[in-house]
Amino acid sequence: MTIKEVEQQIVEEFSIFTDWMDKYEYLIELGKSLPIIKEGEKLEGNLIKGCQSRVWLNAEFKDGLIYFTADSDAIITKGIISLLVRVFSERTPAEIINADLNFIKEIGLQENLSPTRANGLLSMIKQIKIYAMAYSA
Amino acid sequence: MNKIADINQIRSLFPALEQSVNSKTLVYLDNGATAQKPKQVIDLVNMMNSGVNGNIHRAVHELSSKTTELYEDSREAIRQFINAAYREEIIFTSGTTASINLVAASYGGKYLRKGDSVLVSEAEHHSNIVPWQLICESKEANLRVLPVDENGNWRMDMLDNLLDRSVKIVSVSHVSNVLGLINPVEELIFKAHAKGIPVLIDGAQSIVHIETDVRKLDCDFYVFSGHKLYGPTGTGVLYGKREILDSMPPWMGGGDMVETVTFEKTTYAPLPLKFEAGTPNFIGAAAMLEAIRFVESIDKKFLENTERSIVEYMTEELLKIEGLRLYGMGESRISLFSFTVSGAHPSDLAMIMDKMGVALRSGQMCAEPLMKRYGVESMLRASFAAYNTIEEAKYFITSLKRAIKMLS
Repeated sequence: MTIKEVEQQIVEEFSIFTDWMDKYEYLIELGKSLPIIKEGEKLEGNLIKGCQSRVWLNAEFKDGLIYFTADSDAIITKGIISLLVRVFSERTPAEIINADLNFIKEIGLQENLSPTRANGLLSMIKQIKIYAMAYSA
Repeated sequence: MNKIADINQIRSLFPALEQSVNSKTLVYLDNGATAQKPKQVIDLVNMMNSGVNGNIHRAVHELSSKTTELYEDSREAIRQFINAAYREEIIFTSGTTASINLVAASYGGKYLRKGDSVLVSEAEHHSNIVPWQLICESKEANLRVLPVDENGNWRMDMLDNLLDRSVKIVSVSHVSNVLGLINPVEELIFKAHAKGIPVLIDGAQSIVHIETDVRKLDCDFYVFSGHKLYGPTGTGVLYGKREILDSMPPWMGGGDMVETVTFEKTTYAPLPLKFEAGTPNFIGAAAMLEAIRFVESIDKKFLENTERSIVEYMTEELLKIEGLRLYGMGESRISLFSFTVSGAHPSDLAMIMDKMGVALRSGQMCAEPLMKRYGVESMLRASFAAYNTIEEAKYFITSLKRAIKMLS
């Protein structure tokens, strides 16, 4: 599946939710099921510090693909991270660089990526793109 | 004039409270960060922006004299409000942060020497830590910390030892923006003065909840923000005893703060203008008068009773919640409550409760050292103002319980 197709799949999954409660409950569930980053990789260097919550992001490059694992101390943030990992992990650097992430807006979670939230998510996306650029060089 | 003693009448003065958020009636409990504005404040700002607008202290034209008069009337109202002795002891700033920076740079710049100390408490807002660190660094002075105990109360038993001859100024909050406890500032001021050390009181939170009399307190400086006291954003006050302010050099140079300027030597304007360089936020400062009029229009007993019942209800209900830890347990507190719930991240709780229409503060509260003291990364805070009702407190508790359940 392409990034676009995975994004479309997520949009469809979210389309069944009529109110925010269901949507948040689903994110909480996703957050709980996200395979967390290995303790040994929860390093200071992998930490993205927001005022609201902390996010850890680890990247590995193997056979032309980037593998991401991530974690957060806040569960809703973690739920959103799990969506981002699903979209971005096991992709080529070029795919990642070109992704536009419109699906976040479509599923109504745009506010969580606003710079004012300071929850580390925006910085996480930036970091993912930086990894992709570094590995494409 | 009859004082207002009816919560609905108070609420009707605040247009912001009528709005819905996420299709729920707004329950605004982030007053510790900033308060909503009553109509009379909004009206005065609009009136000035719509026409009564001329730069203050500068011109002879009608608009300039009108704005100057409004600005100076507000200064006088603030003087009376905090019972300062002289109008020139009231300096308009852009907020508490600017007020503290002014004192740190000007007073600290003049009086701190290598090896001297500045004493703050462990429960300070970053704005009462960092300005002192900046000046201490440049003067090779030290920042000393008065610790708080597990309940958030100042370790007064340690005060005598900390207040040695190296301390040149003490700067502490009357009420911490995290703990909500009313600190024993009178005792601290008395002890510091006994050793000849001046004291700055950060009143950002307390001015809204406690009647303030700077002469009775006998503090040397008292600082607060206008926007937390129902006034416009970008307004603040520095009160300082006249003889101390007189002895301090200007902090910022510019127009309005000078007497004569030549390239060789400039002499400065007398107080208060010495510290008000450039065009100040004169519309905001002028509208502070209306904010104070609003506060004074409310019956004091009514305010006290409402706040007491909110404090009693909130403390009791919060402590009933399993796994909840309330920070700041002491004899007297304002209606501001910071807490954590085990197993539920503050940011998650705040996000869910936002969807329920409840506006809260979550995060490090601009008090990272205090977060470290309690071994947490962040907290959740509910802070009340004069327009908040006991019904809102009840809605808050119900929403909190629901949010915790969602996360467990």
